[in-house]
Amino acid sequence: MLLQSSPLASEEPPPFELKGSLFTLTVLYLFKLDRVAIERHLTEKIKQAPGFFNNTPVVIDLEGLHESRDGVDFIALYELLKGCGMVPVGIRNGNPKLQAVARLAGLPLLPESRSTSPARKPEQRIAEPVSTRGLIVSHPVRSGQQIYAPNGDLIILGTVSAGAEIMADGHVHVYGLLRGRAQAGMKGDLEARIFCQGLEAELISIAGRYRVSEQIGSDDWGKAAQIHLADDRLIIDHLAR
Amino acid sequence: MATVIVVTSGKGGVGKTTTSASFATGLAQRGYRTAVIDFDVGLRNLDLIMGCERRVVYDFINVINNEANLNQALIRDKRVENLYILPASQTRDKEALTKEGVEKILNELKQSFDYIVCDSPAGIERGALMSLYFADEALVVTNPEVSSVRDSDRILGILASRSRRAEQGDEPVKEHLVLARYAPERADRGDMLGVDDVLEILGISLLGVIPESPTVLQSSNAGVPVILEEGSDAGAAYSDLVDRFLGKNLPHRFLVTQKKGFLKRLFGGN
Repeated sequence: MLLQSSPLASEEPPPFELKGSLFTLTVLYLFKLDRVAIERHLTEKIKQAPGFFNNTPVVIDLEGLHESRDGVDFIALYELLKGCGMVPVGIRNGNPKLQAVARLAGLPLLPESRSTSPARKPEQRIAEPVSTRGLIVSHPVRSGQQIYAPNGDLIILGTVSAGAEIMADGHVHVYGLLRGRAQAGMKGDLEARIFCQGLEAELISIAGRYRVSEQIGSDDWGKAAQIHLADDRLIIDHLAR
Repeated sequence: MATVIVVTSGKGGVGKTTTSASFATGLAQRGYRTAVIDFDVGLRNLDLIMGCERRVVYDFINVINNEANLNQALIRDKRVENLYILPASQTRDKEALTKEGVEKILNELKQSFDYIVCDSPAGIERGALMSLYFADEALVVTNPEVSSVRDSDRILGILASRSRRAEQGDEPVKEHLVLARYAPERADRGDMLGVDDVLEILGISLLGVIPESPTVLQSSNAGVPVILEEGSDAGAAYSDLVDRFLGKNLPHRFLVTQKKGFLKRLFGGN
């Protein structure tokens, strides 16, 4: 998105140009306007990870705020967050009255996020999955089926048909023909590999580097093979049967 | 206990309804009380193939909505004893098929029938899903052509994951392959997939190969299930298919090119 105006021939090149860009911002979901509580929780968070909020830009989400009738003292909130190392750059959601107050305090209204999932309550935490054991599938994987093994290997004891998709964060093993799409190292593991008894895949991919069927040589076609990355390139090695 | 058999394929125009009609007729001919249900709500065809389109009063959806009872909607076949047809509604759409409604009708049919044949619509939407959900066995109809084979593969995946047997963790739906519109000479020339190619891709047991035959078109236009056309290749193939389904061990016919005999070649017979 380039909004550069075309300079006239006699003019100097323009001193700036405008471009659209995407940023990942921290969002502070406000549930309660209790200055003391906010301050206490923030101090605690900083104690856990000093330097975490070091001039971090934050967006304040007002959707979960129910005491909206009293209004929000954005100036005070701004100072409070600033004192903890955050830099409020805008607000999101909230009723029109709140939004007007925010505008007066110099905080622009940002568009609502597309995801409609409600904000996670502060006490909830996503359980860290710990299982690294593989997922074993003992039936053939048919066209249109999709199987993903998060945090581990995927082992298929049959044929993977054209139009099927198998994915794993770790290795992918197919003890049959691989005719569908196989992706290993879904979360970027460059060491992940794909093994199959017969390579007739529509697509093979490791950590995002892929080859489509057309790019698989006829020497490799139908062979028992392993696929791995070397110097960021997909390498197909034959396996002895 | 009655057996529910779905005739399905994914792709349209491969011979599901033709197969449903002949298969159900064949079961009834052999003395089993058989009902065949048209699940293609909105695109009703089975009644035409069965030649009973002028006797449709009530339909499947009427029964689901309690606007008629099952006996009012079932049409008794005039040619074959023990055979009944439950036509689809032409004026409604597939959304009218509810899981509860379909289950209720199947349970009622199970009281008095040996086999219930469900003729699935094409596609993988509601009508197709409802027709296979309660199935015990499935006839997967495929043509020797790559897109048809891939769609059948898709349907096999759905049978293995979204049928009631799969959801409840019961024994899986028993899958049978019906290879229709097969022309051995074209398979020999490499114009179409061979039987072995299809079996290799789908990996299920072959119940029958139905040869490509002009009789199929003629008989469906005449409203006669092709199995009743004795003497035709396709009719004989369906007959074998039914016997095999019922446990007879018959060799597959119509797999190889018919060689013209010496005299035929000499006198140009066909």
